[in-house]
Order: sequence, then structure tokens, then C-alpha cells
Amino acid sequence: MLGGVFVALLIAWLIVNLVKTPSDFFTVMLIGITTGSVYALIALGYTLVYGILQLINFAHGDVFALCGLFASTIVLSLLGLNENTSAIGIAGGLLLTLLIVVAFGLLVNTSIEFIAYRRLRNAPRLAVLITAVGMSFIVQNVSLAVFDVNFRSLPPLISESNVFKVGSVTYQWNQFFAVLVTIPVLLLLSWLVKSTKQGKGMRAVSQDPDAAAIMGVNVNRTISFTFALAGGLAGVAGLLYLIEFNIRYDTGFELGLIAFTAAVLGGIGNLTGAVLGALIIGLIQAFNEGLGWAAPGSDWTRSIVFGLLIAILVFRPEGLLGERTPEGA
Amino acid sequence: MRERLRGVSKLEPLDGVFGAWRRLPHGLRAALPAIVVIALAATYPYYVSSLPTDVPVILAFPDVGACVTIIIFVMMAVGLNIVVGYAGLLDLGYVAFYAIGAYTAGWLASGQFQQVHFHFGSVGIGKEQNGIHISIWLVLLCAGLLTAVGGIIIGLPTLRLRGDYLAIVTLGFGEIIPQFVRNADSIKGFDLTHGTFGISPIDSPGFGEHLNKAVGLPVNYQSSFDRERFFFWTALALLLLAVFCSLRLRESRLGRAWIAIREDETAAGAMGIPLMRTKTWAYAIGAFFGGMAGAYIASFNSGAFPSQFQFNISVFLLCMVILGGMGSLWGVVVGGTILAWLNVEGLANIGSWVNAHTPLNVEVAKYQFGIYGIIIVLMMLFRPVGLIPERRRKREIEEGAGASDRDKSVYAVLEAEDPREK
Repeated sequence: MLGGVFVALLIAWLIVNLVKTPSDFFTVMLIGITTGSVYALIALGYTLVYGILQLINFAHGDVFALCGLFASTIVLSLLGLNENTSAIGIAGGLLLTLLIVVAFGLLVNTSIEFIAYRRLRNAPRLAVLITAVGMSFIVQNVSLAVFDVNFRSLPPLISESNVFKVGSVTYQWNQFFAVLVTIPVLLLLSWLVKSTKQGKGMRAVSQDPDAAAIMGVNVNRTISFTFALAGGLAGVAGLLYLIEFNIRYDTGFELGLIAFTAAVLGGIGNLTGAVLGALIIGLIQAFNEGLGWAAPGSDWTRSIVFGLLIAILVFRPEGLLGERTPEGA
Repeated sequence: MRERLRGVSKLEPLDGVFGAWRRLPHGLRAALPAIVVIALAATYPYYVSSLPTDVPVILAFPDVGACVTIIIFVMMAVGLNIVVGYAGLLDLGYVAFYAIGAYTAGWLASGQFQQVHFHFGSVGIGKEQNGIHISIWLVLLCAGLLTAVGGIIIGLPTLRLRGDYLAIVTLGFGEIIPQFVRNADSIKGFDLTHGTFGISPIDSPGFGEHLNKAVGLPVNYQSSFDRERFFFWTALALLLLAVFCSLRLRESRLGRAWIAIREDETAAGAMGIPLMRTKTWAYAIGAFFGGMAGAYIASFNSGAFPSQFQFNISVFLLCMVILGGMGSLWGVVVGGTILAWLNVEGLANIGSWVNAHTPLNVEVAKYQFGIYGIIIVLMMLFRPVGLIPERRRKREIEEGAGASDRDKSVYAVLEAEDPREK
């Protein structure tokens, strides 16, 4: 009831803005889709791990930031790409960086699982959760130690020419790039989880680890595989975020929480839900920061996102697409 | 009964110090260590200056001013222990209570609201000054109560969630409240929190002219010659109040209900414990001490600034509770003192000692939160019961009893490793 009123007010606010400044509205919406697709990659990492271990992996956001910083080193120092590099050089360089960063994220995330969470497999969930908070701080400080406190960003590697231009609404290639990379990654992930043997094992373990073990699924290996997938996604997200924005050792913490909110909004444990939730959060953030009429502005983004998180957990803990869990009862 | 049996046992050395110790009345024997510690703490300002300043590794003992901060952080940890240790509710946003307390002090005892003129029992503040100036003693109480109300407001909608969902909601509140105080400097043109500049100066406690003339207590701490000492003793008194309340609460009906909920929520509910009400009380009382501590430290620092209220502080406080042992009051006091000292100056001292005596050159203080992270992970992996485990849990483990729901009790890890189970 209260939720319905809230959603109605939100839609009314969007319509007023659409009527007042249609071109702003669409420009902002496209920005929202870009950020939303990066959030989707991070949110999937949370949702995959939660699905299989019922653990909020706090360290995930920090792994993402570490990957982004690592990518900046590869692109700038190792490959030496800049805006004058030829198009093929940039494309090849970014592809190579992507592969290295994915491997790196995968390695970091599985190591975290191996070092910390695996030993606590039979421990109560609260103990694992507290450990995850501790791991988050450790990873964040590793970033701090290696990459120091400064923000890192890339020169404009990807063309800023328009993908399309309708009236005064433009969409540039560098913005579209994130969406362009995210879609095949999502398709690949969906194929991995739905059609491969390992993916079936993942789904089995998330439903019932004991029964899965009896049926011959190697539970520990499946969990490692899940962490590897999540880490790889964090690697992709790190590179994309670095291309769009700038990144620092503590960027991951806040972004991780935003992405986690997206995962909860969509229904935690549900892959489609995580992507949907991330797009909604990306749009809400962009509308809040970009629209002219009665928008609270970027000072309040964090409060709005966390307010939303609390509202979902209180009114609809199963999220938009999730099933009702004991947590919500 | 057990004590008496041990007293007459022939195996016990009845001579010398042990004998004298055993002949002491039971109550005194239990209280003596606490009395000695309190006496040592209370007289600290008198002997700190004669302590050596070239101790290996830690270099120096903290001065009185640093101790005030340490004590107040321990007080917050004691408050958090009620929520996390007794009731088993993971609160990752305790910093919100600290913030509410500090800003209550800012609103009720400073010149923040220049448009009004209200004085009530304030000391050392010119009568002509604008703003609300209420006696800090009352403000401490108000801050505690207001924060407790805040705790109830946060708790009511969220406490029916379990475990990790509750943790994430409290984390959300812990992030919203600092952002609110940072941004609330012009709500329709009204300056509530003075934005990033914070509220400063904030009045300090004192006893006024009459008590000053009668027994020599300071009129106002800030202008007193022994400023830090008086702040120190008052902080110690507040900490003792929190410890005393915690001790009494644990043995009370409410405290036993908290522990029952921590052990097994479903069973506790089935036995007729009102879950929501009991958990809300844990939140409110935990918040009360957080608020009081926040108000006091705002008064000591003479300011409340939004940059003080980071998520890091919540984790830092949680780390204190985990290091000492969740639910173990003495553990939390000891663990909290160690960590708070590390935070205030210990890490910096150890860092400079390490850099001076080894070829390493690290800025230890820069990585303080990484170090807390390592402490948390190591404790969880190798000693989840903490440095000084709660006696109740230890006894249960020793007797092989207390088979509790693995999903609720952090200590189940130890039980799983109990060789007698195998």
C-alpha cells in the first residue's frame, strides 16, 4: 500500500520532468542505462555468491575496485595506450586488458574464498558475514598500499562521436561501450549457468548443498567456480567503470553497497533480477542527479539508494523477481 | 558450593598468598580485581607523568587527554556489546547512534541556533549568548534518551528481519545519518547541522559557582586548570555506569531473554519471550549508551563534525567487541581498550618504533583499518569466542552441553571442534 503510493509518486515525478524537459530526460536516461549496466556486472557477483552460500560478500565491491586500479596500471603503464594510439591498437589493448583483469579478478576472488570463507563452511552465517566485512577492509587496504590514495582515470580512448542523435538527445560511443560489453558478458553468464555441467552443479548446490554432494557434485569446487565467475565479472566491471569514470581504493565500498542494493531490489539470488535491479538503480541515480525539477541532487544519492534498500527489505524482502525466503517471513 | 568444595580440598595449597586469598569472603574475592583495576585507572592522571616514555614497541603510555577518547570508545563498545553480544543482532551502523548523540549535544548546548536564546543550568557561558545552552549533565541524558528513541525507530521496522538482512539495514542507516548531517545545512533555508563544518564550539560540563565555592569542583571543565583530568574522571564514571548497567542487565529477566534469543530465536519465541519487544529493548539500551558517549565526546572535542561518522567507526567498534569476546563484558572492556588505544596513538607509536628498529618503512597508521580487518578475520578463523570468552559459553563448552543452533551461535565453531564430540 505504502509502497504503491511511493511508486506512484515516483512515476508522477518522472512524468512531470519528461513533460518539462524531454531532451534532458532522455539524455539522463541513457546515462542511467550506462551506469546501470556496470552496476549489473557487480550486482551479479553479489547475487551469485549469495545464491550459493547465503553470504553477503562485502569484499566483492573492493575486489571490483582493485580490478579497476589494476586495469589502469595495465592500460597506462604496461601497454601505454593513449588517445593517439591507433584504433586497432586501442581495441586490441583493451581486449588484452580485459582478459588479464578478468583472470586477475577471478584469482583474487577465489583466493579470498579459499583463505577465509572455506574454513568457515560449517560456522554460523553471522561469523562468515563478519569475516566478509574484515576481508573487505583487507582488500581495500591492499588497494591503498599498492595504488595509493589518488583517483585513477584513463584518457578518452573510445571515440566521443555519437551513436545516434535525435533532436538534442545524443548518445556517445564511449557511453555505449559499457552496454556493448555488458550484453555479451551477460549472455555468456546465462549460458554458463543454464547449460553447462558446472552451471547445473551451481544451481544444485544453491538449492541443497548436502543433496548435491550426495549426487556427486564437488561442492567445494562448485563454490570456487562461483567465486571465480563473480571475480571475473568484477574484473569486467572494473575496466568498464575505469573507462567511464575514475576509481580509487575506496570506490568499491560504496559502489559495492549500491550494487548490493540492486541485487536485493531484483531479488537476491536471482540473476535476471540483479540485472533489472541494477538498471533501475542506475536510472534512479541518473534521474536524481540529472533532472531539473524537484530532484534532490547528488548530495542525496547515497541516502536515496540506502533508503530504497531499507524500504525493500522491510516491505518486500524477496525483491522484484525473487521468491519468498525465510528471511522475509 | 563449588568454591567451598575447592577451599577444603587437600590438593589446594592452603599456605601463603593462596591461602589468604581463599579465606577472603567470596564477594570480595570476586570484586577485588575490579576494585584494583578501577583504582589504578582512577589514579592514572597522578602517575602517568612518572611512567617511562621509552618503552620498547609502544614507546609511551597515552596521556590523560588520549585516555578520554579511549574510555568513551570503550563505552560505545560496551553499548554495542548489548546489541551484538547479548542479543546476537549484528549491527553494522552503530556509528549512527554516535552521530545522533553528538549532534544532540550540538543542538542543545551550543550557539548553533542563534535565533533563540535559552539557558538552563549552563555553566561558564555568558548569559547574553544566543543559542540553546542546557547543562551538559542534562544533555547527556537527553542524548541518551533521544538516541534510544532513534534506536527504536530504526529497530521497529527492521528487527523482524533476521541475521544478515538486519546487518545490511543497520549499515544503511549508518550511511544515511552521516550524509543527512552533512547535507542538512539548509532545509528550506534552515541550518540544522551546519553542513560539513559541523557544530562547534559545544559547551563543556561543569559544576557551577556554588559547588566550586563549597567543595572546589570546577565551574566549567573547559576553562579549568585541570581540564583533561576532570574530563577523564567523568568519562571513567560514565564507563563504569555503562559497565554496571550491562552487568545488572545481563542477569535480569530482560538479559536472560536476550541470551535466549541469541541462542535460538525460534525456541525463545516458543517459550513465550516477546521477540520484537525484547530485541527493540536491546537496540534502545545499546543506542542509549552510544548516544551518551557521542554527546560526551562532542563536548570533550567541543564539536561535532560529519567526517567523524564513517562506516569505518562501526566496524572498528565491532572489532572491539569481537576481539574481546562477544557477550563477554570484561572481554569487551579489555579488547576495546587495546583497540581504542591502538587507534588513538598506539599504531602510530608502534609504527615509528618498527621503522626506527627495522629496515622497514611503513606508515602503519595509514593501514589501520586493514589491520582491524586482519584482526577480525583472524579472530573469526581461529578464536571466534574472543580473548576473554563469556564464562557462560565456556562452561557450556566444557560440560559438552549447550548444543545450540549452529545458525545462531557464533561459538558453534568451537563446539564443532570439541574433541569429546568425536
